[in-house]
Parts: sequence; C-alpha cells; structure tokens
Amino acid sequence: MAKTSGAAAGNGTDPATNLPDRRADGRTYDAIVIGGGHNGLVNGAYLAKSGLKTLILERRHLVGGAAITEELRPGFWFTTFSYALSLLRPDIIHDLELTKHGFMPLLMPSTFAPMENGDYLLLGQDHGENLREIARHDQHDADAYEAYNHDVLRVCRAIKPLLDQVPPDIFSDDPEELVALAALGSRFRTLDKKVLHDAVRLLTGSAADFLDDYFDSEILKGYLASTSIIGTKVGPYSQGSGLVLLYHLLGEHDGEFGAWAFHKQGNGGFTKVLARAAQAFGAEIALESPVERVITRDGRATGVALVDGTEFHAPIVVSALDPRRTFLELVDPRELPTDLVETIERFRFQGTSAKVNFALDGAPRYPALGDRVDQYRGFTNIGPSMEYLERAYDDAKYGWYSKRPYLDCAIQSTIDPDMAPPGKHVMSCFVQYAPYHLRESDWDTEKENLGDTVQATLESFFPGFGDLVLQREIRTPLDIERTVGLSEGNIFAGEFLAPQMFLFRPAPGWSQYRTPIDGYYQCGSGTHPGGCVMGAPGKLAAGQILKDRAKAGARSSSRVAVEV
Amino acid sequence: MIRTTPFHERTSVANTTGLWEHWSGYLVAQRYQLSEKFEYFAIRNSAGLFDSSPLYKYRIHGPDTEAFLAGVLARDIRTCPVGHGQYTAWLDDRGFVVEDGVVFRHAVDDYLLTSAEPNFAYFDALLGRQRVTIEDVSEASGVLAIQGPTSREVLSCLAPEVATLPYFGLTSATIGGAPVTVSRTGYTGDLGYEIWAPADRALDVWDAVEAAAAGRGVIPFGTTALYMARIEAGLLLLDVDFDSSRYAWTDAHRSTLVELGLGWMVRDLASDDRSFIGRAALERELRDKTSRWKLTGLVLDWQNYDRHFDAAGLIPPKDHTPIQDEYYVYDDHGSQVGYATSLMYSPMLQRHIALARVPLELSTAGSRVKLELPVNHRYEYFDAAVSRLPLYNPDRRTA
Repeated sequence: MAKTSGAAAGNGTDPATNLPDRRADGRTYDAIVIGGGHNGLVNGAYLAKSGLKTLILERRHLVGGAAITEELRPGFWFTTFSYALSLLRPDIIHDLELTKHGFMPLLMPSTFAPMENGDYLLLGQDHGENLREIARHDQHDADAYEAYNHDVLRVCRAIKPLLDQVPPDIFSDDPEELVALAALGSRFRTLDKKVLHDAVRLLTGSAADFLDDYFDSEILKGYLASTSIIGTKVGPYSQGSGLVLLYHLLGEHDGEFGAWAFHKQGNGGFTKVLARAAQAFGAEIALESPVERVITRDGRATGVALVDGTEFHAPIVVSALDPRRTFLELVDPRELPTDLVETIERFRFQGTSAKVNFALDGAPRYPALGDRVDQYRGFTNIGPSMEYLERAYDDAKYGWYSKRPYLDCAIQSTIDPDMAPPGKHVMSCFVQYAPYHLRESDWDTEKENLGDTVQATLESFFPGFGDLVLQREIRTPLDIERTVGLSEGNIFAGEFLAPQMFLFRPAPGWSQYRTPIDGYYQCGSGTHPGGCVMGAPGKLAAGQILKDRAKAGARSSSRVAVEV
Repeated sequence: MIRTTPFHERTSVANTTGLWEHWSGYLVAQRYQLSEKFEYFAIRNSAGLFDSSPLYKYRIHGPDTEAFLAGVLARDIRTCPVGHGQYTAWLDDRGFVVEDGVVFRHAVDDYLLTSAEPNFAYFDALLGRQRVTIEDVSEASGVLAIQGPTSREVLSCLAPEVATLPYFGLTSATIGGAPVTVSRTGYTGDLGYEIWAPADRALDVWDAVEAAAAGRGVIPFGTTALYMARIEAGLLLLDVDFDSSRYAWTDAHRSTLVELGLGWMVRDLASDDRSFIGRAALERELRDKTSRWKLTGLVLDWQNYDRHFDAAGLIPPKDHTPIQDEYYVYDDHGSQVGYATSLMYSPMLQRHIALARVPLELSTAGSRVKLELPVNHRYEYFDAAVSRLPLYNPDRRTA
C-alpha cells in the first residue's frame, strides 16, 4: 500500500500506534490537550494547524487558565489573575495568525512609582524627559540608566534565543542532542566577555548587587528591582533574584525589550483570541470537562478519563498542567522512574503572590500630581526602594504576608476604556509577598486581612483611596490553587530558581516536553522556558510532538511497506 | 504668520508637547502627549479627535452643478444621492490624476468639495458658461473628526441622527447648540465621523464632544497617529504616495487612477455616458493596458526582517513611526522594479508594512518582492509580499 503520513492510515489503523482507528466514535482524536490555559491553547492550536484532530479539555466554564478576564460587577472587567503581556513569543502571533482573531496589545505608555515621602518617579515615552526625571532624583543615575539599559539589552539579545528552543538533552548520546549541545556551547563562547559575565551575574546573583553597580537612587533601584521578585520567594538581596529580573526583561512589546502591553480586554481577551485561533485551525475545545486521569496501556498513553467517567482516546495526550499534577496526579507515579517522582516531589512551588482587584468610583489622586491621571496609563509600582521590597520579603520568610506589601498596580481602564463604565475604573493589584503556607493560620482566615493590608498600603500613598472602592476582589495563593489549579498558587507553575530552569525544568532528563510514558507530553509553564503569558512551552512541546509523530509515522509506514 | 484653526484655543491647551506641524498654512498638533502610539490606539480601540480644519473646502452650487461635476470628476457624481458624499479624483486630459478629495452633496445642486491643495482656479477655469458658482469656504468652518470604534456611541449621545448614518452619509445636526453637518467619513480607515461646524461656533462643538466623550478614553490625536492609521488603511496622501499632475515635471511623477489602485472609481465606465476630463485617455489605458505600475500594499516577512538585523548584531527595530519617504523595491534578480512611498511597523498587524508601486506583473496579492532598507548603514534586501489594500480593514470601517 501507499505510504501515508496522514492522521489515519488507509487500512483503518493509526500509524503512530498501530491500533484500530476509532475516530468514528466521536471520542477519538489524534491529540488531547489537558488544560485550556494559554499554553494548552497554544499547543492545541499548533497541533490542529498541522492537521491533527485535536481536543482541548478545560476544567472550568471558560478558557484561559490564569489568564482570564471576568465581569465581576456589571460593566467592570477584572483581570482576575494574570494582568499584562510581554513575554509572548512573537512567532506565535504570526504562526497562529492571531491578528486575524483580534490580537491587540495596547501600549502602556508610562510607569509611575510613588514614594513614601510623597515624591514620585514617572517614566514615559520620551527618552530625554525620562533621563531628566531620573536626574531629578540623582544626577549620577541619568546616564547610568543608559549604561544599564545598554548592558542589559546586550544580555537579553544573547539569552533570548534560549526562549525559543528546546533545551538540549545533556544526558543523551543521540548525535542530534550532542550537536545541539555543541551549538549552545559555541554560542556562549562567541559572546563578548562582559556580556557573558553580566549574564552569569544576573542568572546566579542578586538584583541588588547588579543594580548597586549602576545606581544611587533608591526609587529607581526600587522600581527596577521590583521585577526581580515577581512570583518568586526571593527578595532583591537574595541570590537568584537576578534571574527573575532578567527573565522579565526578556519580554518585549513590538520589539522593545522589557516593555509590557495590556491586551484588549485583559489577558482573558488574549486567551479568547488564542481559543478562536485554535478553533479556526480545527481544534475542539470542551469546557467544564475536568480530567480525572490519563489512560495508559503497556507504558503508553491512549487517552483520558474525565471526572464523570467519559473517556476520550488519542495516541497523544498533552498535559498543560503543572509538573505536580502532570506527574503525580494525572498518572500513577508508579508508572514513572523513582528519580523523576522524587524530583517532582521536591519541585518548589511555594506560591508567594496574591491579587487584590478593585472596582473604583474614580481615579485615585496622588497629591504631588494634583488632578493629573495620565500617570496611571501603565504600571503603578508600589516598591519605593530595595529595602522596602526586602522588608516585605522578610515577613514572608517567616511565614506571614507582608505588612507593607510590594504592589504592582494597573488601572487598566485608563488603557482600555471598555474595562469599566465611563469615569469609573478597575485597578489590578499584584501583591507580594503572600506565602502559600502561613505560620499558625490559613488563608481562609486571613483573606480579608490581606485585602485590608493592601488597601491600607494604597491609602498611605493615595489619600482617600478607600472612599473610591466600590468592590474588592481578593485572590490568595490558595484561591489561585483552588480556582486555576496551579499547585500552591505558584503563578509560574513552579518557581524560577536556577535548579528548576532550562535543562532542569521540570526535571533533569525531562526538559524536552516528553515524559517516560510514550505519547504523554507536558506543555505547561512548569516546562522550559517557564511561566508568564509566553506560550513558548506550548509551542515548543507541539514541535516535539510533531517531530516524534513524524518519526513514528516514518517507522510505521516503512513497516507497512515491508509487510506489503 | 502661521494661522491657527478655529479649535486652536482647545488644541493649544491639549498639546502638551510643543510639537506642531504646518499644514496648508495652519498650525496642527503633531502629537498632543508624549506617545503618538497611545493616540493611535485611541483610534483603533476607543476614539480620537482630530482637527481637520485646514482642508480646502469649496462650495459648488447652481443649477448646472451636477453636469459640471460629472464632467470634471472621474467618479460619476450622478450616482451620489443628496445627503451623501463620495471619495473622488479629478484627472487631466492625459488621464493623470490631478488630485483627490471628498465631495458632499448637500442638495440637488449644492455641493462641498474638499481637497488638500488649492484647486479654485482649476475648477473656475473649467466653468465656461455653465450656471455654477464656486466659493472658497475653507475658513468658514472648523472640521472636527472623531475616529474609532466608540465614535458612533459618543456622537449619538449628542446627535441621535448619527446612529443610523451610513458610510459616507451626511446629516445636519445640532451639537453644542451649533448647527453642524456630520459626515460618516474620515482618514483613518476606522469607524468615524467628521463634524463640520461654523468657525465661530467650533469651540462649542469641541466642548460638547469632549463632554460627551468624558471618561471613555477619547483623546485628541495629532498628525503622526493619523499617518499611522492612514497607511494601515491604504489611504493615499498627496505629495507622498502621488503628486498632482498639474505640477509634475515628468510623467514619472504622474499617476493614473488605475495605477493608484483607484480604478474602482470608474468601474461602471461601460454604462457611464459621461464625457469627463481624462476619459478618453483612461479608456485607452484600459484598452491598451498601458498602466505602468500599481500602487499596492507590501507586508514584510517578519522572520526575514529579524534575521537581517540579528545577523548584523542588532535588535530588530519595530518602530511604528510612519516614514513617508521612498524605499526601493527590487525583484529576485536585483533589478529595481518599483518603490515604496510610505513605511511603518503596524502595531495592529504586528508587521512592517508599506505602500508601494510595483509593476503589474508583481501586483497580484502574494507576489514576492524585495524591499531595500538600511542595516548598519548599508542597504540590504528584505523579503516582502504584495498585499491588497487596505492592509488593516475592520468590518466597522464601512459600517
């Protein structure tokens, strides 16, 4: 018979499994993706685009995972969890034709950093004015800021390709892997000495050490160091915070490194775009379809069973969930090598962030800026010094939430007016630190107190803030875990710590999106490169799946050819 | 002394940058605040206000006006009902485009024609014995454009008749107590309106619109954001994408309707019995297929674009600032075959785009060409695909 590379072989068997093709029963697919978060959607879209009959299963009533936008009060749209866009890989936008489906990353033209003494740092789109504004705080720091940006950009340019490729398998003897490893090595060898050294300093050191080399101004360092702690249980003085800083700087908006955008209708608007793209390529998305387990037979995945007992079959099953759920819950750990199970069991989640979202009757007033409101068209950064951030971390170290938390706020209705009724606003506040494990209490008890702490902090910067609050939504790490399913509420599906990145994400030897179970793959943020609304794990995993499938197809058709 | 528009008292307060442009002898804001991209997103996501007052405006009226305009404008004015407008162009007798503009039919024999440059003498000389009067009413009114997806909602609060106004429709209304005309037109390729207000009541209109738009993220936008929107929308700009045949020194600087991609204006030529200026030349061009090139869209291959800069050790720039200048277009063999007239990175399309003149054989969508752009102070040749205009074309554009 003729060679076949299609989904179903002409003789009624699937070439990848050699099992009877049961596609006709409506419950059999080429691929099933567990989890309709952004990575699951990206993965499913790529698989569907390549011609696979793909089913994406989402536990909740809406797609998006942690990237959702909800109308919690009529006319007020809250970005419940994830709230801005930067690290999304540009090739996903093009490959999945997202602009056809409504992709719209709105510019956030300013950054506002209030200070405890009532002053502020306000950076915008005019480079010259920004340097003057920095010089207003410290003459020395204006051109230091230029030097810092230049040095950091060089590191970003050097590191960025790693975000778009599967990490090499250093434990493999496969010549292909050895070539990849050699290419990686030679890439680093050709780097300028300073760039390489800066990269290592950032990847292993503290944000504070790096920033102290350049700057004197506390407000500038506080603002820059803020991205070094996001989502991770480190302070700016901790070794390892440099990695988090660098990771965030690798994001881009229209080619500008480190810049963030607010997607139309928030990140929920973005994941709806992804869902439309996936569907346009032919993927099916089933909502309210929680998966109980992955069905395996003879060491390979053959489908999934939902909580209600419904089974779907496919030779490819992809988990977009975090490593704990992927390896310890969806499959029986007894089917996995012990060292992998142990690595996943000690994989650090320890979520440390919360969200408090507000519906506001009007824009807050910052006394030093009078009635101005244009400063809110970007992030408002409540982290006025590295010491402020570190003290906030101190509370978390000892099992409590910060008395004066770091807040990354955005009054998103100033960027997308459709987020709130005219004249009203929604304000998203990312809160850190709020450790998942509280000493001698729990989040059900402390939830409102956290909300009060955040509101009191805002009141101290914006007198009268409380009078504007129409509604408040508090999302603790426990809520994140319960609602989205991210273990311990870790927003990155596993912490950004060096031993959990790149070759080791989520476990040594398993960083290439495969699992020890044939046909079972992983594509969540717990895989390389990691979290943020980046999509790279979903995309790279799809690449691996398709590569494996092509190999299996080639083997299978050559077998068929021999049999004939 | 540079002139100011009837909205200047408001625009001068709103413009916090000190950046102005001279447009037809008037001062207009280049951008009102530090980011023109933010202003651009107002056009695409909410709505923006633009002061279009410097346009030349000619009132053309009298019993023979329809016959007169039917003879001088390329597009058949007889198909334009009262209460509507038409985007049109006028040609010379060799079929080259003199200029383009919008003509509004206020009454059976009463029209308003807009143009970017003075055209009074041109039309006046063509009047002959026809019972037609042309008046330059450029200074009589201020023109305030409100452009963007929420423009209908905002303006309908002030003038309910706007809610049902069709694309290129025209209605009279009262805004801010002033008698105005509202047209469903604009230069952004988005849902939008232009309000034609008596000059001495312009500020009342501005204030009323601003009040109705309060809290909705509606902001004034300057010329830079306008140019971004018009390139995405494939709307031509005189002296950038084409030159007036009246003042061109050589035919290389002249363009026919078909060459500019405006052939659709004379789509019904077979059933059109008019004898208008340029018709014979146009028919010859169509019959003998003598069009030299076609103005079309280009979309740069993003991977190829990034590769050029990566290889040069640079971060690929994605600058939205519109460059309204020439860049040369080549075929695969390295021969120059055309040129781009306007270039930018489109935030909505996430691609570098251009308006360009390409030979007819390369003008079908999907044709591959190379665009010459500087990298490290040397020209390199970037892959681009020909794409139909408009490059950005939301349904609401004509809604």
